[in-house]
Amino acid sequence: MSDMQTLYLMVPLAPLAGAILAGLFGKTIGRAGSHVVTILGVAIAFVLSIVIYQDVQAGNTFNGTIYTWATSGNLKLEVGFLIDQLTVMMMLVVSFVSLMVHVYTIGYMHDDPGYQRFFSYISLFTFSMLMLVMSNNFLQLFFGWEAVGLVSYLLIGFWYTRPTAIYANMKAFLVNRVGDFGFLLGIGLVAANTGSLNYAEVFAQADQLAAKSIELFPGSPWLLITVICICLFIGAMGKSAQVPLHVWLPDSMEGPTPISALIHAATMVTAGIFMVARMSPLFELSDTALSFVLVIGATTALFMGFLGIIQNDIKRVVAYSTLSQLGYMTVALGVSAYSAAVFHLMTHAFFKALLFLGAGSVIIGMHHDQDMRNMGGLWKYMPITWITSLFGSLALIGFPFLSGFYSKDSIIEAVHFSHIPGAGYAYFCVIAGVFVTAFYSFRMYFLVFHGKERFGQPHDGHHDHHGDHEDEEVSHDHHHGLAPGQKPHESPWVVTVPLVLLAIPSVIIGFMTIEPMLMGEWFKGVIHMSEAHPVMEELASEFHGPVAMALHGFTTLPFMLAMAGVVIAWFFYMIAPGIPAAIQRIFKPIYLLLENKYFFDRFNEIFIAGGARLLGKGLWKGGDGMLIDGVAVNGTAALVGKVSRLSRLIQTGHIYQYAFVMIIGVFLLLTFWFTG
Amino acid sequence: MLENYFPVLIFILVGLAFGCVPIVLGRLAGPHRPDAEKLSPYECGFEPFEDARIKFDVRYYLIAILFILFDLEIAFLFPWATILKEIAATEGLRLFGFFEMMVFLGILLIGYIWVWKKGALEWE
Amino acid sequence: MNFVVPNFAPAYAELFVAAMGVVILLVAVFLKQSARPFAYLASLATLLGAAFITWYTMDGQVSYTFGNMYIDDLMGDVLKLMVYFAMAVTLLYSRGYLTDRKMDRPEYFVLATFATLGMMVMISANHLLTVYVGLEMLSLSLYALVAFDRDSARSTEAAMKYFVLGALASGLLLYGMSMVYGATGSLELSGIAQAIYHQAGNRTVLLFGLVFLMAGIAFKLGVVPFHMWVPDVYHGAPTAVTLLISTAPKLAAFAMTMRLLVNGLFELADQWQAMLMFLAIGSIVLGNIAAVAQSNIKRMLAYSGISHMGFMLLGLLSGVVDGDSRLALNAYGSAMFYAVVYVLMSLAAFGMVILLSRAGFEAENIDDFKGLNKRSPWFAAMMMFVMFSMAGVPFFVGFFAKLAVLQAAVAAGYVWLAVLAVMMSLIGAFYYLRVVKVMYFDDPLDASPISASADLKLVLSANGLAIAVFGLMPSQLIESCVAALAGSF
Repeated sequence: MSDMQTLYLMVPLAPLAGAILAGLFGKTIGRAGSHVVTILGVAIAFVLSIVIYQDVQAGNTFNGTIYTWATSGNLKLEVGFLIDQLTVMMMLVVSFVSLMVHVYTIGYMHDDPGYQRFFSYISLFTFSMLMLVMSNNFLQLFFGWEAVGLVSYLLIGFWYTRPTAIYANMKAFLVNRVGDFGFLLGIGLVAANTGSLNYAEVFAQADQLAAKSIELFPGSPWLLITVICICLFIGAMGKSAQVPLHVWLPDSMEGPTPISALIHAATMVTAGIFMVARMSPLFELSDTALSFVLVIGATTALFMGFLGIIQNDIKRVVAYSTLSQLGYMTVALGVSAYSAAVFHLMTHAFFKALLFLGAGSVIIGMHHDQDMRNMGGLWKYMPITWITSLFGSLALIGFPFLSGFYSKDSIIEAVHFSHIPGAGYAYFCVIAGVFVTAFYSFRMYFLVFHGKERFGQPHDGHHDHHGDHEDEEVSHDHHHGLAPGQKPHESPWVVTVPLVLLAIPSVIIGFMTIEPMLMGEWFKGVIHMSEAHPVMEELASEFHGPVAMALHGFTTLPFMLAMAGVVIAWFFYMIAPGIPAAIQRIFKPIYLLLENKYFFDRFNEIFIAGGARLLGKGLWKGGDGMLIDGVAVNGTAALVGKVSRLSRLIQTGHIYQYAFVMIIGVFLLLTFWFTG
Repeated sequence: MLENYFPVLIFILVGLAFGCVPIVLGRLAGPHRPDAEKLSPYECGFEPFEDARIKFDVRYYLIAILFILFDLEIAFLFPWATILKEIAATEGLRLFGFFEMMVFLGILLIGYIWVWKKGALEWE
Repeated sequence: MNFVVPNFAPAYAELFVAAMGVVILLVAVFLKQSARPFAYLASLATLLGAAFITWYTMDGQVSYTFGNMYIDDLMGDVLKLMVYFAMAVTLLYSRGYLTDRKMDRPEYFVLATFATLGMMVMISANHLLTVYVGLEMLSLSLYALVAFDRDSARSTEAAMKYFVLGALASGLLLYGMSMVYGATGSLELSGIAQAIYHQAGNRTVLLFGLVFLMAGIAFKLGVVPFHMWVPDVYHGAPTAVTLLISTAPKLAAFAMTMRLLVNGLFELADQWQAMLMFLAIGSIVLGNIAAVAQSNIKRMLAYSGISHMGFMLLGLLSGVVDGDSRLALNAYGSAMFYAVVYVLMSLAAFGMVILLSRAGFEAENIDDFKGLNKRSPWFAAMMMFVMFSMAGVPFFVGFFAKLAVLQAAVAAGYVWLAVLAVMMSLIGAFYYLRVVKVMYFDDPLDASPISASADLKLVLSANGLAIAVFGLMPSQLIESCVAALAGSF
């Protein structure tokens, strides 16, 4: 094993060692010991990532096997690394944000009894995420995929005494299983048709895959590559919370805030985006799959943004914003602008982590009250949080020169250039999304940092406002809030330093890297774009340097829309707070639709969870009509219901009926043969 | 071909006659003075007319099963007996046939000992 | 007539077990109450001895004896070793349970020994009658074992049902055998295969017979619609017996399926694969859905067992594609791997039920697992391993078993079937995870610490760890399954 290979290996192993030490020996090494070892582990990973980055820049990429785990027939199950430009960028982002979050956690979790456990989990997460991005084969990808899912599950339910946290982590787990099911099928199809799980070997056979078709159901041939890509993307939909598998992400805010920043904003949820970018040689061969990706992403980008407008919990606003931004990345994937997607992934990781940690800082200042209606005027008391959050928000809405501008504008332009089916719809969604993003971001910003100071008052009428009732109970459950007359104060340095360190890249990283990364040849040979989808080339031909782009940005429609959003938010929430209330009254039906998150949860509860409960508890008598009525909507559930009912009817305990069933079985087997 | 079965026919006829003739003779030759007790089908302790679903003592079954078991043992002895001489005549197999059956009987014997020891053969 | 002394060598292990069974029966009946452990130790010794014999006579050669009624090959030897192992673990788990309930009569161990013998005969059968003799030997022992708790109405009811339905299934099987004999003129499996190959006999009769054979096989495997006995018997039987029924006999049933269908009726693969598909779909769907509703863990595991057998069939039905049998070895290997893994998991699952039971208390409801983590984190983790493995969570061995059979199904072109199976296993994940959830997140109904003998705890821990460890290196196990089958083709 060469020196570089040892380095590669150490990147994921250092956080793992930290996780093991803090997890198993947390009591022995104490609280300080735990955060020292884990931060050390992640810091090593970060420093090594920089070293590897420089090595990659010098042109040394790597693709090889480290350990062969099992061989089954021709199929090899291996642990291996693929170190290239895409990987090293992800490694830097993951390890840097993770390091920041580790430091921040010292302040945020200061009084929590599960301090060591928390550090162990986030280090374990870092390990899993690094394994995911460094993988050179599907199996290891899947391993990392499941491992980050597991840690996410553990962390959402970190405060496991809160029933809503348990509910949320169950939900995240189950929804992700749906995605994983698609993902696993996709991997299975790849393995079955290429006989290999190694990326390079699979990509080499991509053209053969594109030539094959497969009959999912007898008589309806599908292009194999389309089926594979859609299956893989269903996995990405679960992990990257795309409609309709997004429902778990807002609820995941039950977890501690550092987790929301690290896992549910900056890294894990972008795994789906990373995976699709990695699979670009496959996706490029199927326009159907790309259109599917595009439409799902566009829908997520716009419609999840709307939901951000009506949230009152500070973290939920940021959560819906994350959903919407993930939608943007997915849109970029759909139009073959993989590098733009990954670029946005990177900038988003910085500014969204910043926003989350800023929100966390506010929450600390407010003594764990998360309701924005109880805030206001915080800028006086929390200057660092205020300034950094302002930068984060500006980056998010795509203010020229800030990082978000470069990435988001590139995506919008790429969509504009694309001609694949669904691009028109997507263009509308991403443009409209700009306004929505600006509106909810600055609604939050104004409500929290400016205006009247609403904290320190007895919260009358706290119950009767809108919002998910379960969520409300949570904030009560863990609700301390400021006592009347008490003032918030700035958070300790372990909290503010990461904020500042994250604010710096949030501002400059786009300006610095757009030229090499997006327009240059950084991703050449890593991300594959077919000649049928030349959006990146067209984008590059219009690009005349970052300064020109930003200056031009001031004159474009997205900028106008963003400014309109900011101004309207200012007007509604600073000048005339009566207007939103009036709008709310007038457009009651739309408001209800948003308040209930398009009834996705209700739908799932009634049709999916309810259906399962119906079957399970034998409430089929009551649910009979509903299930049968629901055949068109949910034929599967109805079918399952019938079988279950049948089985219950049969299992009577009467032996003659058992014998009768066996005889029926024989007859079935007989007819089965004689007719077929 | 069919004439080979002639002895069987004779056997069946004789058997039938053996069953029927005494009954007919008795009916013809004997006095005929029926009463209620005589006309009842059985006289072995059961009430002839009552609910058929009475509880039989499980020991009836036990004895019956054991009887069938050892009865079947005899059934295996017949085919063995017919070829025992042939086996014994084969070179190298002088006593093989004999001991093979002894092993079989031995296994059943062990079962018999177990049943006996367990008290399955005692009525009370 | 020609008489020859048969070659006993391939059947030394069977002869040894038979002799020991008889000896234990005879000795135990004359021993005093205080010498109770004798039967237990002697039956364990029997299994150990048989394992030695099988191990040292295992040469990878195929040999026939008793006038070709009996076959000794690598598949048989490997399966027999697994049977000894499963039976030994079963006896080990059962002993404390039986002692607590005053059921540790020597007959339990004698019947277990004879059941083992029955399984061995089934595994090595090369003749329809040998199959039948082995099957009945196993079944009769099991009927008696189910009724072992004589004074329990539930136990005797279960035994009665098992017996009557088993008799029906035996009848169907025999009927099928007679049809096959009528059509091919042979009772010997290779003779049957030859006859079909040469297009001899009436095909309609042959297929008619196949249907009835299939019914008998399906009953023994406990797959839909011949599964009706499974939940009631698993539930009604004493847990120690449920443990026995749900483990080693599944291996024997697998062997019987292989012998009858693959060794005997391979030429009819297209037909029996279609039938197996019907059985597999039914089992996977019904097993998983019905299990969701159960609150009794034995019943839940019964339905789970039904679905697992359905999964195993996925491997068996993927062997021949359009008359091409190149995939057969891998497909049957995956099925064998699945059966072995299922036995391993089932041992641990019922072992856990036994572990939590005490004198006068049966831990058979899922609620009895509540808060296990607080009572014993270690065994909660072991149970979690088992449940995760059964649900097919990576990287436990159950995941690889599912993966192997699904791969076989996909390779044979049954993508839709694999999709269906995966969807059903997602439903299945729900009830397995529910057990994990109550162990970790609910408060115990009964906070007393676990009391069990050290040997039970030790072996159960090893069992649970094996599930995790084989998950890390599954390939050896898969490969040995494939290699074992390779000799029999």
